[in-house]
This record gives sequence, C-alpha cells and structure tokens, in this order.
Amino acid sequence: MVRRRFSFGLVSRLSSPIYGRSPCSGGIWTPCLGQKRSFMTAKDLVESEEPEKKVTNRINMFSAINQALHTVLDSDPKSYVFGEDVGFGGVFRCTTALRDKFGRHRVFNTPLCEQAIVGFGIGLASMGNRAIAEIQFADYIFPALDQIVNEAAKYRYRSGNLFNCGGLTVRAPYGAVGHGGHYHSQSPEAFFCHVPGIKVVIPRSPSQAKGLLLASIRDPNPVVFFEPKWLYRLAVEEVPVDDYTLPLSSAEVMRKGSDITLVGWGAQLAIMEEACDEVSKLGISCELIDLRTLIPWDKELVEDSVNKTGRLLVSHEAPVTGGFGAEIAASITNSCFLRLQAPVSRVCGLDTPFPLVFEPFYMPTKNKVSMIQHSKHTNCRISFQSMCG
Amino acid sequence: MQGIMESIQTLCSGDHGNEGFMQDDEDEEEENGVGRLTSWAELLGFGLAVFSEAIAPQLQCFCDRTLGFAVGQGGSREAWIKAVAMAMSLVRKAVKKGWVGALAPAARVMSQALSTASEPITLDIPVPFKAHKVETPSVTVETSAQELTNFFKTMFIMRRMEIAADSLYKSKFIRGFCHLYDGQEAVCVGMEAALNDKDCIITAYRDHCTHLGRGGSVLEVFAELMGRKDGCSLGKGGSMHMYNKKGGFYGGNGIVGAQTPLGAGLAFAQKYLKVEGVTLAMYGDGAANQGQLFEAMNISALWNLPVIYVCENNHYGMGTAEWRSAKSPEYYKRGDYIPGLKVDGMDCLAVKQAVKYAKEYALQNGPMVLEMDTYRYHGHSMSDPGSTYRTRDEISGVRQERDPIERIRKLLLSNNIATVAELKTMEKEAKKEVEDALSKAKESPSPDSDELFTHVYRKGYGAKAYGADRKEVVVKLP
Repeated sequence: MVRRRFSFGLVSRLSSPIYGRSPCSGGIWTPCLGQKRSFMTAKDLVESEEPEKKVTNRINMFSAINQALHTVLDSDPKSYVFGEDVGFGGVFRCTTALRDKFGRHRVFNTPLCEQAIVGFGIGLASMGNRAIAEIQFADYIFPALDQIVNEAAKYRYRSGNLFNCGGLTVRAPYGAVGHGGHYHSQSPEAFFCHVPGIKVVIPRSPSQAKGLLLASIRDPNPVVFFEPKWLYRLAVEEVPVDDYTLPLSSAEVMRKGSDITLVGWGAQLAIMEEACDEVSKLGISCELIDLRTLIPWDKELVEDSVNKTGRLLVSHEAPVTGGFGAEIAASITNSCFLRLQAPVSRVCGLDTPFPLVFEPFYMPTKNKVSMIQHSKHTNCRISFQSMCG
Repeated sequence: MQGIMESIQTLCSGDHGNEGFMQDDEDEEEENGVGRLTSWAELLGFGLAVFSEAIAPQLQCFCDRTLGFAVGQGGSREAWIKAVAMAMSLVRKAVKKGWVGALAPAARVMSQALSTASEPITLDIPVPFKAHKVETPSVTVETSAQELTNFFKTMFIMRRMEIAADSLYKSKFIRGFCHLYDGQEAVCVGMEAALNDKDCIITAYRDHCTHLGRGGSVLEVFAELMGRKDGCSLGKGGSMHMYNKKGGFYGGNGIVGAQTPLGAGLAFAQKYLKVEGVTLAMYGDGAANQGQLFEAMNISALWNLPVIYVCENNHYGMGTAEWRSAKSPEYYKRGDYIPGLKVDGMDCLAVKQAVKYAKEYALQNGPMVLEMDTYRYHGHSMSDPGSTYRTRDEISGVRQERDPIERIRKLLLSNNIATVAELKTMEKEAKKEVEDALSKAKESPSPDSDELFTHVYRKGYGAKAYGADRKEVVVKLP
C-alpha cells in the first residue's frame, strides 16, 4: 500500500465548506494519520492499488469474513464476537469454528435482544475491547438504532474524548436475496448515514470484505458493517490469506471510462457492471466507482471522476426517496455544477415497503440502469449539440 | 328443539316393548351407513330413497350403496341428521310393520342422539398446572363428544396443511420463509375452544394454523403462502403475515417481540369500548427476552388491560435452547407482578381450561401470562433441518409420547365416541379437503403488478412514489 505524505494545502482544501467536515481536521472523528487517504485522481488510485503477488485462496464471501474474524481474534486477545446463534457458525456460516478455536468466553450467543446486544457491545468497547456484534439480519437492527445513534455515535463527543466506543463493530447481512420478503431484504444503510460519529462500510466482494472488515474492526471509531447477503455464497474470488486491510473512506474505481460515472456499493455493483457491459456495446464508456465507505465518503474521488465525465448515476437497492444516493446527488451537484452535462440520476428501489412477490419490479435491475445510462447520455448529448448550434 | 323431544319422549316413555326392535334396526342401519350422512342434501336423498324404496323394494341396495359414500362427522347438527335418518328408516320399516309402533323408539332415538353428542364428558388433565401468584384452575375439565371430535378434525387438517406446505416449499411453489406449526396445533385449537369472536389474537410469524383457528380457510392459507391473489393478505404478505379482520386475528408479525405492545393496545381498545373480550398476545421462548415484552407487561399491569400473554415455549429459539438464552426459562414467572400459569401445550383440554380461566381473570383483574409447554417437529423454518441443535431421538420421542392428535384419538376411542373406522374416514376427508384447497390455490393467479403500489398509504392520499430515475418514473399511489 502506498503511503502519501499529507500536504497542508490539501488539508485546508478539505476543511472548506464545500467538503464539509473531514476526518483529518479533528472534531468528531479521531485523526487517522496511519490510514491512507486518497486525494488523488481516479486514475492514480487504480494504479496505486495494484496488489503485489500474494498467496491467495479461492473462497466465497462468508469464508472471507470468517477468515477476517479468525485473524482478529488471533491477533487481539481482547476481541469478542457475539450475536444470535453465532456459536454454531451463524445462519450464514460467517462465524464457523470460532467458538471451537477461541472458546465460549470470546465467542458466545446472545438472547434475542438487538438493543441489548449493541448496548452491551458499546459498554464492552468503552473499556478498550474490540466488540464485534452480529445482528442476524439488517432488518432487525431497528431496536438497536437508539443505541447506535444515541450512544455509540455520541460517546466520544459528549465525553470530550474521555471515553469512546471505537472498538465496536456491528456486522449485519443486508440486501435483497430474491425471496427474502419484507423482513429479510431491507437495506437500512441510509438511516445510519445520517449519524455523524459512526462509519458505514459495505464491501462488494470477498477480498474487499476481508480487507474492509479488518480495517473496520481496527478503526478507532464505531463502524456499522453491512454485508450483502446475496453474495455470501455467490461471490467467489481469489482472497489473500494473510492479514491485510483496505483503507476506509476511500472509494475505488472498478473500471475507467469517459462518458458517465456510476457510483454504487455492495451487491448492486454486480448489476451495474452488467449494465455497463451492455451499454459499452453502444459506445458509452462508463466509469464505475465502488464507494466502499458510505460515511465518511470519498467525495474527492467521485468529484474528480464527475469532473472528467460530466454525468453521474447513483444506484442502490434502498428506496429512492431519502436513500444515500440523494446525499451523493446533492453534494456532487453542489460541487460539480458547472461540469455536469445532465442532472444526476438515481436508479434505486421504489418508494414502497420491500415487497414479497413483486421483488423483481421493485429492484433496480440491469435493464433499468442501462436504460437510464442510455437515455441520459443520448438526451443530453443531443441537447448539448443543439445548444451549440 | 330439546323441549319438543323431551315432550315426545314423555308421551312415549311407557313404551319399552319395542326396544329390541329398535336395537336391531339401529345396528343394521349403522352398518348400512345411515350414521354417516353429512348434509341436508344427502338426507333429502335418503328420504327420497326411503320413499322410493317403499314403492320399489328393488331400489334398496342402490340406496345402501349411495349412502355408503357419505362420511360421518360429529356435531349436534350432524347428530340431529343422524337421528332423523334413523327415525326415517324406522318409519320405513314401520310402513311394512305398522306406523304407530315406530313413533316411540324414533323419539327416543332422536333425543338419545342429541344428548349423546353434547352430553358433557368430564376428563382429568394428566399434567398439572403450575401457578405463579394465582390459584391453579381445576384439573377436571368438561367437554363433549362433539368438541373432542372437532378438536381431532381441526388438528388433523392443520397437520395435513403444514405437511403440504412443507412439500410445496420443497417444490418451490412457496418461496421465502415458511415457519411450520406442526406439533403445536393443540395450542391454537385449545385456545379457540375457550374464545369467541369478540376476542383478538396477535402472534408472531408461525401463524398458519392460528389463522385457520380464527376463521380462515385452508385455501386462503395456501394461496397466501404461494403469493397468490386469493390469499388472505392478497398475496402481499406471505407466510409470516396472515390476517383475518372478522375473526379478530391481527397477524402474523415478522419482528418478534414487536407484537406484544400491539397486543396491549388491542386490549386497551377492548376495555375502553367495553367489548367484553380479551386479547391473546402470543410470542415464543426466543422472543421472551425482548425488552418490548417487558414494557408491554408493565403497561398492561399498570392499566389493568385484559391481555393474556401466551408464551408458546417450544424450547428452541431458532437454534438456541431455552436454557442457553434465558436465565429463567420459567416463562410463566417472568411477568413477576403479573400472575402466570404453566400449561401442557400438547393437551387441547388443558389449553382450553387455562385460557378459559385466564379470560375470566383478565376481564376482571388485568393481564396474565400463560406458558404453553409445546414442541415443534419441523425446524425453525424450512431452511433449518431442525436436527443440528437437537437429536432426532428427542423429536421422535415427543412425537410418540406427547403428540396432540394421538392424545385426542386415544380419548375418542377410549370414550367410545368414535370407532377406528370413523376416525379413518374423518382423516381421509381432512386430507381431501386439504388437497382440494391446494389444487384450487395453485390455480389462483398472482396479484396484478399494480398491487406493488397499493396500500402503501390509505387510498386517495395521492402521494407520489418515485422509482428508478426520479423524473421518468412517477407513480401516484392509489
């Protein structure tokens, strides 16, 4: 991983009103000097993150997460994994063999009480431990919302840095799975993105999951880590076997392009990739960005990309109104207004409760994405040309 | 009806001479299938057959064969039909042997049939109740032949329905989540025997059979499971969200524990509106550890709400045994200041007794907790084999010793309410009913795609729902 020196010019640029608060200007979050911050253009980022030749294994996402948890429990004796049914491996097998290896006192089941699970984790973390709490499905996280919003996010702030619960990581499987229905398919990331004081991290693949989870657990701030449950078994990748972290608050450009920028996270990126493949046959070159950390998000990278392409499309599974795509759209419109050649588009779930049999209609599918890509592109090109005479 | 019968009986009471005559005819008619008439249509057919038989004796064997198709059922209406049919057969005989002599035994047969069906049978509940801050109800329960037969039939239909749902899920007609209730049927069937339509029930996601008990039909359940239009929630709810407005069944909730404060609210409404009904807020041993439950209990005890908290303790919260998730697995005591009863949840009669007792208590004094000691044979849901956290021996042991349907079957046989053959015909009929409902449900269409947007808000609100690309797809919510 390349380490960059901080330049003070960049820091002052970050503190300006356009960018809002930054992690490095102190205040709510701790300065994270040890982590790589990418103030580079999209192009530089892709090159600098070329992985060196490493020993890898071909595994799926839940195995990658399992490996990450094994690594954490191995390296830090004060780390604990707990949640409903984690003892036998969890409903998605993410915590397999942890209890056998590390014992009942470090890997244990909790009763059915999400509010207490997270509250307990906050207490444990505030004594300097690494508490990795698992919520069985993200749909069940709402009883714990009070604890996360009112306790975890504000602990450091309200105690004037005397105490903090940075060791807390809340893991939850989120997202549609094809037949989940109302309470096994929700994407609640937007609720948490509204809370200063916590971080929200969403991986898109097994290798990303392992690196991001290790980074989240070791980050000195409370992190809510959403895992796309659709990819637990489906996504298989070469994952390095060693202990590695990927930087938080750093987006990644998955493919470079020049006509339109697409921003997404989690399982939706697989859909967007297919859509990009489809419209590239029509000659539209797409730049696909994985946001990875939702708050604090890598505004610079997205802005650089939009400044290059002039168009932005955000896609997520959560309902469109009030989803995190709204924040990205507003922010980019504000900062890249003169460079935008078309309004920012959002291709998201519908404004209804997550349906049961209507799931295929609700989801932002490949066709919806590619339709918008195409229409935004052609419409605006025509209008621009007509404007220019 | 009873009064008329009694007066006829007193008129003919002195006449014992025809008893032997009556007995012979009774036996003969039983074997010929007179006792198995089920509907007025069949009775009419039988009457016509009698009439035509009196005219044309060679039609007799035809009548007998047609009668053989009918299946017997208990219940006062059916018993009445049975009695009338027997009387008419006696009339037929009497046409040949003389009218008047048939009247007395006919009247006697009628009144006997009527009284046999609803005559109270007293039984003792084998497993005693355990009480917390309240007196236990009596272990002697009054029931009747028709009630026990009803228990048997309803539970058997429920069992068949759940097994059919199992195979539907495996053949991918049902997708998503399916939580089966087999093994726990006695709880909802026993409850219904003590409740009426003024009472409300609200439960968690294991609700297929509770829906049936509250007046739903098997067709509605299957259609809802498969996400079809004919389902009770129009196919939009699925397995976990079944509702019945007329029956006062408020669902069907996915987030466990969340339904208990709702139950307290329902009870408040009942008390306020002076409905004289109670609410049964049901939850499981897993959900018993949710904070919301204790908040609801506190509120309902503070305001003396007529709510009964029913903990269906099947000893496993998904994969976690009760002793591993609860400091005190004595869920009936967890109400602390709220009195509680522990009931054998595999015994319909015990459940009925406890709920009757709790209802009287709740209407006067406020909330009560009932812990139903029950068991589920399937895993938590269809994705759970059910054997990773418990042994197969345990499951089969409970099935052999405590199965609710077998218990009622033994009671029916030992009290001579039904014969083995009659029970078999009841089972066959139940299976047929379930299969018919299943095939009908399979033909039901999927809901229209417009239904995606309906019922988000109340009709006519006019809100707009945006979808992919806020400018291009705008739907005004109906």
